[in-house]
Amino acid sequence: MTTISENSKNLDMALSNDRARVLKSLVLSDTLFSFATRAAAYAVLLLLAGIIISLIVGAWPAMKAFGFEFLVTERWAPQLEPEPVLGALAPIYGTLVSSFIAMLIAVPFGLGIAIFLTELCPHSIRRPIRLAIELLAGIPSIIYGMWGFFVLGPFLANYIEPSIVAAVVNIPVLNSIFSGEMVSNLSLFNASLILAIMILPFITAIAVDVFSTVPPVLKEAAYGIGCTTWEVVNNVVLPFTRVGVVGGVMLALGRALGETMAVTFIIGNSFKITGSIFAPSTTISAAIASEFAESEGLHQSALILLGLLLFVLTFIVLATARFMLMRLEKRAGA
Amino acid sequence: MASYAARRRNSTFIMGLCLAATGIGVVWLFLILYSLLINGIPGLTLAVFTEMTPPPGEHGGGLLNAIFGSLLMTIIGVGIGAPIGILAGTYLAEYGRHSKITPVIRFINDILLSAPSIIIGLFVYGAVVVPMRSFSAVAGSIALAVIVIPVVVRTTEDMLLLVPNTLREAASALGLPRSFVIRRVAYRAARAGLITGVLLAVARVGGETAPLLFTVLSNQFWSANLLKPMANLPVTINNFINNPDANWKQLAWTGALLITAAVLSLNITARFFGASKDGR
Amino acid sequence: MKFSTLIAAGFALAASVSVAFAEDISGAGATFPYPIYSKWADAYKKVSGVGLNYQSIGSGAGRKQIQAKTVTFGATDIPQKEEYLNTNGFVQFPMVMGGIVAIVNLEGVAGGDLVLDGDTLAKIYLGKVKTWDDAAIATLNPKSKLPSLPIIVIRRSDGSGTTFNFTTYLSAVSADFKKSVGAGEAVEWPVGIGAAGNAGVAANVMQTKGSIGYVEYAYATQNGLAWTDMVNSAGKRVKPNLSSFKAAAAKGDWANAKNFYLILANSPGEASWPMMATTFILMYAQPSDPAASSAALKYFDWAYSNGAKMAEDLDYVPMPDSVIAQVRSAWKGIAK
Repeated sequence: MTTISENSKNLDMALSNDRARVLKSLVLSDTLFSFATRAAAYAVLLLLAGIIISLIVGAWPAMKAFGFEFLVTERWAPQLEPEPVLGALAPIYGTLVSSFIAMLIAVPFGLGIAIFLTELCPHSIRRPIRLAIELLAGIPSIIYGMWGFFVLGPFLANYIEPSIVAAVVNIPVLNSIFSGEMVSNLSLFNASLILAIMILPFITAIAVDVFSTVPPVLKEAAYGIGCTTWEVVNNVVLPFTRVGVVGGVMLALGRALGETMAVTFIIGNSFKITGSIFAPSTTISAAIASEFAESEGLHQSALILLGLLLFVLTFIVLATARFMLMRLEKRAGA
Repeated sequence: MASYAARRRNSTFIMGLCLAATGIGVVWLFLILYSLLINGIPGLTLAVFTEMTPPPGEHGGGLLNAIFGSLLMTIIGVGIGAPIGILAGTYLAEYGRHSKITPVIRFINDILLSAPSIIIGLFVYGAVVVPMRSFSAVAGSIALAVIVIPVVVRTTEDMLLLVPNTLREAASALGLPRSFVIRRVAYRAARAGLITGVLLAVARVGGETAPLLFTVLSNQFWSANLLKPMANLPVTINNFINNPDANWKQLAWTGALLITAAVLSLNITARFFGASKDGR
Repeated sequence: MKFSTLIAAGFALAASVSVAFAEDISGAGATFPYPIYSKWADAYKKVSGVGLNYQSIGSGAGRKQIQAKTVTFGATDIPQKEEYLNTNGFVQFPMVMGGIVAIVNLEGVAGGDLVLDGDTLAKIYLGKVKTWDDAAIATLNPKSKLPSLPIIVIRRSDGSGTTFNFTTYLSAVSADFKKSVGAGEAVEWPVGIGAAGNAGVAANVMQTKGSIGYVEYAYATQNGLAWTDMVNSAGKRVKPNLSSFKAAAAKGDWANAKNFYLILANSPGEASWPMMATTFILMYAQPSDPAASSAALKYFDWAYSNGAKMAEDLDYVPMPDSVIAQVRSAWKGIAK
């Protein structure tokens, strides 16, 4: 009798020992894993901090040397003796103008495609069309640059732009915006058009997503009182999704502002503000891409300062975009 | 109010414009693919995969060193970035779901997701290239990892949030510790989504050029030394386009075709992977 | 867990690969001599098994790389002054000389069809001569029928020795150019599209109708671009070729050039080509990696002894034997 109870006691003790060991190892791996995930999450914050700090450290000499003047100086003379004169005006101008023109082209197209996909498109071809548009976003930037350089640029310069120039040659203002003095493969406008193609999928994808948050009952009600398709889109879908659409447009703008390789190939790398969109220009990212590898001293610091400006600019735009999209999500969730 | 017929006409006209926009939007993809195929296929020989990049003015040669370098750096970049991304995404969706810091991290991650990749290049130049005093494949891989992280964080979080809580509750009720619930249950349920995220990240960095320009540079020869500049496809294409040499131009087109084919098929695979699970 | 094993395996693999790997010579800089450097590198690799990883990123970038010690040698087409060499502890020596040509992309115009003089070229690069049928070009080329196309000026966007030598020439022949632009490796061009490297300029001229650019001669001949003849300082029309380059190079007084500081622009002589450049190598006198440094010197020594024929095939002018002897004695200043 006693032996049996002792045996079972031993077994119990052995089991509980085992359990304790197993539990202990579980607790350990549990803690480790939870710690690892937390560390990784904080690493994301550190990454942003690291980017900002390294940019500020790198840009500091240029900030000290040029101060606010940097933003309003057009001259870019890195080799000037004894001290270089460097100003960000030309690349800022090129960045803003190229993104603006790209948005001007891409927003109507993107929204048009989204309206077609959500309101008109037969179900069977909706997915292939969406896929085709979204694959545009997958094509690497350098491929766009190459295609723009070899195909689109020469096509525009040889067949399209001369007739635009000829059409407006006697109209004041327009003839300086579309000046024929420098029409070539490489220009601000050609870069803008490539940018427009590149951001089109972002606008379309987000617009399709936010359009589909419109409760069907709203649209059905509008159709029910005899609205045409356009009236439903214009009076129900667009007002309901305005915040989201603007958010998507801002997100695309953030992309356009920072796009590098495609633009570097076809904008012509010229630090001159000419006022003509058919003239070569430069952008912040193109200036960095084409000059950074060989820069030194103040020149390099000024390029990093350009990078910092670009980061701040895109940060503001992207943050606004996310804010708007978040508001929409909250509303959709509520 | 205008007559119904006029309103109908107006609507039809605008919808016609939308249809035209769609046509024009889709046509770009085919124009670009057409150029790539027409110009890339003539150079698509076995030598592209077996020979090194040639000096200018020579015939023949291939892209072997560049393809190898791109594969290696992408693997290392994703190898570093994906685990960090998955862990961070796990924190956002599981441990930190109700933490105050989570929305902040998510917001910052979304910013990083769309941050210009040239900025990442500047960052890695300052943080890795300058201290190491050398352009290197390591620096390039780190730059790619920095781009991978936000992509994977985002998809991981999204996918884990799709896993029904009842699964987690059931597993917890069996007495499984939290980390087991996540690793054995939530990961398994979201596996297709997680793989999709990693594939999309690979597709994203596969063609990245800007962050490599001043982190790895490139290399005319074969090099497998991670601490030295290494040949890679995007920068090689960049250099070859910027050159009048006909042989280089041909190789650039062929390289561009290869990259695009790889990136687009990854995109499509990832999409079908994700879609097949969504539909379940 | 799986990922961590993957990473570990990846690093182990990479480490094992890098151990087995033989060291290449690394250099960076001027794009002007790149065609001949890469040709030499290929031939040298066949005889010695040692490769040369030369990054053709521009003279300015090359100097930056050698200062940052990321490469064993830097290459620049701009002779560096004594002060710069001493502060950085560099030894400088010339490698090869060559000619710069203007290239144009006009329908029906082949190499040598057009002729330009320094003043007209300066006016084009100042944006004062804007179309191809401008009187300045027409009087020089009475027999050619020139279109009324705008001139698309292509110039370098990077710090460039070719630009330095080109603008030194233009400043020598045009007071206007000297005053408003001046000589330098990255000047403030009043007009034009910026392209990276000699190759970038050539690629852009090839791609753009009505354009003009300036490149090292090999870039023009290898790619079938139309170069122009020039009127030289003696007022004679000369064609760019090895003999006019050699005639110009022969005017260089290397024996009296300290640290080989010599600029060959607008050389006198009836047969001389006016736009020349010499490309130089910069190396540390006290290298941090003496093994890499002597491997590079071995390569240069080989190139001096065996590379002249290859250089002439590409229309570069090899350094005369007397200069090579001078260089070899200068190498004694580099620690082994």
